[in-house]
Amino acid sequence: MRLVVRAAEVTGATELIDVTGAHVDSCLYHGEATLDFVQRLADGRARVRVPTTLNVGALDLLHPELYRGDRRIAERGRLLMDRYRSLGARPTFTCAPYQLADSRPALGEQVAWGESNAIAFCNSVLGARTNRYGDFIDVAAAITGRVPHAGLHRTEARRATLVLRLAEDVPAALRDTDAIFPLLGIVLGRRAGSAVAVVDGLAPGQSEDRLKALGAAAASSGAVAMFHVVGSTPEAPTLDAALQHHRPSVVELLRLGDLRAARDELTTAAGERLTAVSLGTPHASLAELERYAAMLGGRRVHPHVEMLVSTGRDTLAAAARSGISERLREAGVQLLVDTCSYIAPILRPSEGATMTDSAKWAYYAPGNVGARVVLGSTAECIRSAVAGRVIRDDALWGPA
Amino acid sequence: MSEATALVLEEPLSLWGGVDPATGAVIDAHHPQLGANVRDRVLVMASGRGSSSSASVLAEAVRAGTAPAAIVLGEPDLILSIGAAVAEELYGVSVPVVVLPPADLAEIVDGQPIDLTAEPFASSR
Repeated sequence: MRLVVRAAEVTGATELIDVTGAHVDSCLYHGEATLDFVQRLADGRARVRVPTTLNVGALDLLHPELYRGDRRIAERGRLLMDRYRSLGARPTFTCAPYQLADSRPALGEQVAWGESNAIAFCNSVLGARTNRYGDFIDVAAAITGRVPHAGLHRTEARRATLVLRLAEDVPAALRDTDAIFPLLGIVLGRRAGSAVAVVDGLAPGQSEDRLKALGAAAASSGAVAMFHVVGSTPEAPTLDAALQHHRPSVVELLRLGDLRAARDELTTAAGERLTAVSLGTPHASLAELERYAAMLGGRRVHPHVEMLVSTGRDTLAAAARSGISERLREAGVQLLVDTCSYIAPILRPSEGATMTDSAKWAYYAPGNVGARVVLGSTAECIRSAVAGRVIRDDALWGPA
Repeated sequence: MSEATALVLEEPLSLWGGVDPATGAVIDAHHPQLGANVRDRVLVMASGRGSSSSASVLAEAVRAGTAPAAIVLGEPDLILSIGAAVAEELYGVSVPVVVLPPADLAEIVDGQPIDLTAEPFASSR
């Protein structure tokens, strides 16, 4: 409770409100301090008071043999994950709790979520309300069931102040591909910082998986906790609604060149040599797993390429029931749960490139796990995995 | 610690992925001050940045004895403030996190000695 009150002091809130659920990111090991903290909670016999899901941890508890790093760190990471489960949190170990049918807060519901992509999705796509809760304060909120009444918990802070309008030079074909969403996110994060932006110029009714990719990228390149997409997110049925009937502070055009620059900037590897493909950051949904299987269409991943797909353990269980996980494994795909391949040492160390469709993966993997990255569309990733070399679809982007 | 020298960052730094808590070294390859060390310095930056895991990294740096002596920001940052509060609770070491108006922040010069027994640091302990 002292932490929640401290949070209220920092945010300038004068009252606390109840939350109906929490998503806790503190279960990822960052050194002994993270274990010391949860031990202090356990000593005080703390239990979570509201339904609480857990974010990814340091390793895949269902497939621990995939971990290539220091065994001692893996054991400490496993212990931390166990300790958070002992507080009464659900061992979901996913960065996409919004894919679990029983963990989706409703429009307007007040919750306390950690994990940057989940925060952005919760506010933007579900229309539930959370601030950016970091480590320690996320579990403090789960235990007390209270948060300061500040920031995005309040209606007025959810108003877009920046309008990003797609310029006419962005081709209609590109506007309706998955490939544009992570790049829109990168540009949005850079331009918005921590402000709320609204994207104008996309067809209405964009899918949750596309909006997930946009939000994860924006929360990597900026401190974005909420965005609107006109016609697709619930608080933006119209541009005027996203602006809460105010005039925007800034209106900016988003050009094809901005998107290509974001793609090229996140591509750190040159040449065609490909050693790995990583999909599923944030965790792949069941619909995405089905798409990967359909795109592979019975072909196998090239023997020189390691293809990893990260997903949640609950999604994997659903994929096993429908036979999709078996089809992916038969094609040579490795399925990873409970963690992610840009956090944990999972990929084979290599001089070659790793291709990904995730701007978040491309943003963090070079620093975290030393990867050389090619950012592409999902279709480019899968064609490349099968061919064993980097393949670009220049028809989509125009000649480089 | 009663006095420490300022480390003025040209760009905001995410402690997660940006500082190695084992040594205090800046490890963000994209940061202009790659290779600087935050240990026992007064870290000065316009704002916090990036990952929500920075609270854990700050607490771990305090445990390992590699943390800054204080942090000065131009706007409030919940993540760093909570990291400091947890570290104090666990290890009894205070890293004051203070917010200054941008004009005052801009007057701090890299390498300048700062008295941590004076305000606003004293009352943030």
